[in-house]
Amino acid sequence: MNAVVAPVANAGCVDAPVLYERGQREVFCGLTGIVWLHRKIQDAFFLVVGSRTCAHLLQSAAGVMIFAEPRFATAVIEERDLAGLADANSELDRVVTRLIERRPDIRLLFLVGSCPSEVIKLDLDRAATRLSQSFAPRVRIRAWSGSGLDTTFTQGEDACLAALVPDMPATEADAPPSLLVVGALAEVVEDQMARLFAEIGIERVRFFPPRRSDDLPPVGPGTRLLLAQPFLAETARLLEKRGATRLTAPFPLGVEGTAGWFGAAARAFGVDEARFDAAIAPRAERARTALARHRERLAGKSLFFFPDSQLEVPLARFAARELGMRLVEVGTPYLHRGHLAAELALLPPGTMLSEGQNVDNQLDRCRAAQPDLTVCGLGLANPLEAEGLATKWSIELLFTPVHGFEQAADLAELFARPLVRRSRLKV
Amino acid sequence: MQLTVWTYEAPPHVGAMRIATAMEGVHYVLHAPQGDTYADLLFTMIERATKRPPVTYTTFQARDLGSDTAELFKTSVKEAYERFRPQALLVGASCTAELIQDDPGGLARALDLPIPVVPLELPAYQRKENWGAAETFYRLVRTLAGPHAPPPGSKRPARGPDDAPRCNILGPTALGFRHRDDVHEVTGLLHRLGVTVNVVAPLGATPADIARLGEADFNVVLYPEIAYQAAQWLDRTFGQKSTKVVPIGVGATRDFIAEVAALASVDPAPVLAGAPSRAPWYARSVDSTYLTGKRVFVFGDATHAIAAARIAADELGFEVVGLGTYSREFAREVRAAAAKYGVEPLITDDYLDVEAAIAAAHPELVLGTQMERHTAKRLGVPCAVISAPVHVQDFPARYAPQMGHEGANVLFDTFVHPLMMGLEEHLLTMFREDFEFHADAAPSHLGVAASRGEAPSVAADPAPAPAVSPTPVPGPVPSMAAAASAEAAVVTDAAPIPSAAAAASPVPLRWAADAEKELHKIPFFVRGKARRNTERFAQDRGLSLITIETLYDAKAHFSR
Repeated sequence: MNAVVAPVANAGCVDAPVLYERGQREVFCGLTGIVWLHRKIQDAFFLVVGSRTCAHLLQSAAGVMIFAEPRFATAVIEERDLAGLADANSELDRVVTRLIERRPDIRLLFLVGSCPSEVIKLDLDRAATRLSQSFAPRVRIRAWSGSGLDTTFTQGEDACLAALVPDMPATEADAPPSLLVVGALAEVVEDQMARLFAEIGIERVRFFPPRRSDDLPPVGPGTRLLLAQPFLAETARLLEKRGATRLTAPFPLGVEGTAGWFGAAARAFGVDEARFDAAIAPRAERARTALARHRERLAGKSLFFFPDSQLEVPLARFAARELGMRLVEVGTPYLHRGHLAAELALLPPGTMLSEGQNVDNQLDRCRAAQPDLTVCGLGLANPLEAEGLATKWSIELLFTPVHGFEQAADLAELFARPLVRRSRLKV
Repeated sequence: MQLTVWTYEAPPHVGAMRIATAMEGVHYVLHAPQGDTYADLLFTMIERATKRPPVTYTTFQARDLGSDTAELFKTSVKEAYERFRPQALLVGASCTAELIQDDPGGLARALDLPIPVVPLELPAYQRKENWGAAETFYRLVRTLAGPHAPPPGSKRPARGPDDAPRCNILGPTALGFRHRDDVHEVTGLLHRLGVTVNVVAPLGATPADIARLGEADFNVVLYPEIAYQAAQWLDRTFGQKSTKVVPIGVGATRDFIAEVAALASVDPAPVLAGAPSRAPWYARSVDSTYLTGKRVFVFGDATHAIAAARIAADELGFEVVGLGTYSREFAREVRAAAAKYGVEPLITDDYLDVEAAIAAAHPELVLGTQMERHTAKRLGVPCAVISAPVHVQDFPARYAPQMGHEGANVLFDTFVHPLMMGLEEHLLTMFREDFEFHADAAPSHLGVAASRGEAPSVAADPAPAPAVSPTPVPGPVPSMAAAASAEAAVVTDAAPIPSAAAAASPVPLRWAADAEKELHKIPFFVRGKARRNTERFAQDRGLSLITIETLYDAKAHFSR
């Protein structure tokens, strides 16, 4: 199991062996995606059909946000719902009807599947179709699964976006090529990206998911896909099935990743090189300057990633190449070689990659390596700190704007802060 | 199905985790899908534990369902035993694993481990966290102490003349609200009484400690929600009586001392005489006069809610205007307490019901959980936290018990600080037209939310109040409270009901401009009540226009 990965001679880690592990996985399920997705799609409501555990997870993950008139809730399955399926369906109809009456501002309702709803084989797709008919045209109802059986953390976003792909309008037959940026991004980041695309001369750019559910971007053979997040396997597959072409690019994390990401779009749209450089170079330079301070602190430090969000590979690439950090192990819940091809090529050769998890074995490796910084979930962070290891809790990397040039230094700061804090504390 | 946003309690397997995490040398193997490990965060983040909870999850995924999840469970048990070498093992299923019907108990028994294995049946679709904790503790106690039980019918051997009386302290767990410091405080009380503590459990206890629970003379039950069931069994099996009084508050602490002294056959007088709590004097000092008759709404787990109501009524001179709990297991006790204060008991786990009850009761102080803290913030009412569920700030670094004499001091400060202290309240009334102290200015410690103090009754107006006051009338006030009460109505009754005042009144009530202005001269913290009383007074007399005279007629009518 614990095979040591031999260094390879080819470009980066494209063909590098991966330690594939099974065992206890210390990860979130896909329901957690709701916590940021509901902030993004402003007229959508997320109704989890699950158990008290699901409600408790959302409550724990959402923290105090739960009181700001949240647009998510759980229909908690009770003993009597387990008695018979017909009953569960009519119960669901009752809950949805009441919810829609109570929240007239909702235009899109997601029925979100959970482990319990899947195990009792409650068909939420059919429920969504049935309910959509009764509430058309005011509310659309769609279903996706955020269960731990099917999804790990950010894969919830993938499942949610995939459920929206069939609703996207088709592009006109003679439509000129357009760019579709896929993956929920902070609005400030989205706005920066939109401005930069305009500056380099790519006019038709749409973002998916949109901020409002009735504003779904069109998709078709002229659509070029640029993934902003590495965890969108199913969404990309469905978009490609509708004719879109995916652009191979690194993810827009750090200066290099962002430049490569814009570069891929620029090549696809035949942007003039001088114009591209004129727009990109000053931004890249500014970001590099901002990064320099953090690089001083972080260069040479060793870094260990526990699996969490699938952002680990791009983050490791950024940390190694732009911050000069040494990678001990890069763990990811799921490694999509196709979508990560450009990233793997940039990873330092010989980087130890692991997919899946056996958390106790991985903790043994982490303790043996004594990394300078460990990126891990909140269930592991304080216990590792108590053992003397500096940690960076990984969820923050999802909730903080980290993509693009202007955020590159903020991203570096997230890695630097725990180390700075350690050096400051004298107790 | 029940539509749920907030839940007061976690599922029952989290209760089992609270027992396992509290103890040493116990490991819990939980058959659960990927993702259920989120519960580790409660311990590592909210309680800031320095170790991972001693829980191994099978974390099965969809692809495992096709194969043998039972085999996966057995492998997990075997590996957890080999890695952690616990002295006792708990095995059970989370909500999803309950549905796939592997048998954790049977599977674990088949492995024939050389340690006690306690199978847990925690019905996740019927029961909740506290029940899960109580059941787990009870099962552990039965399994580990059971073998030491004397034959049925044997009498408890008498204590030797020179032996100090011994007791167990039962109930404190991981993730318990102030359990850490309560144990310390109660242990000190017992020591002063000359009582030796045999075992504290589950917090800090090993399986070997649980095995010798029977050696004590009696049990101190700190948290009935957790320890009542186990204590009942210990009584039946070892003839150990247990305490019924939970020592939260000065009076309850005195009762507790007397109760323990009786169980231990010692004299309580020296300890009672030396009662060092400052709270009684603070409550008698003249600055506290302003606390008299303050309307307080209490909600929490049964133990803390009942205790807080007694303190509020008997030790601070408040008026209890609402009392409720989410602990259905102890609803009877809460109903009995509510009857004592002449209020309708509220037994619910729906926070919207609680919010509606708070809005209707117009309290001046809310004592509740984390949820009531948010509800009170929304309504602009001062609030203090008295019960779980709580957030990270209520696992403080400082010593902060709820029980015993120091607990009484802590509670005096906790209940009174959100209110305005007497002098501040007096000044505010004297200078109410002053630009800094005007009637709509919030007390500094409440922030902007306090300007919504009268929101519930403003929302009850059919038309927005005209802005006649020389001082700024809060503009967007109605929306929030209206939304809140409408929400509550929808959830409880399916159909939205109009707010109370409008429903009761055939003709819409109108406030004359000068009466409205006069109303705004009344301090904001009693204005809501004044408005409500005046409107009720007007309705009862069929008046449709409220004048200054109506206002003062109503004031005279309702004056206490």
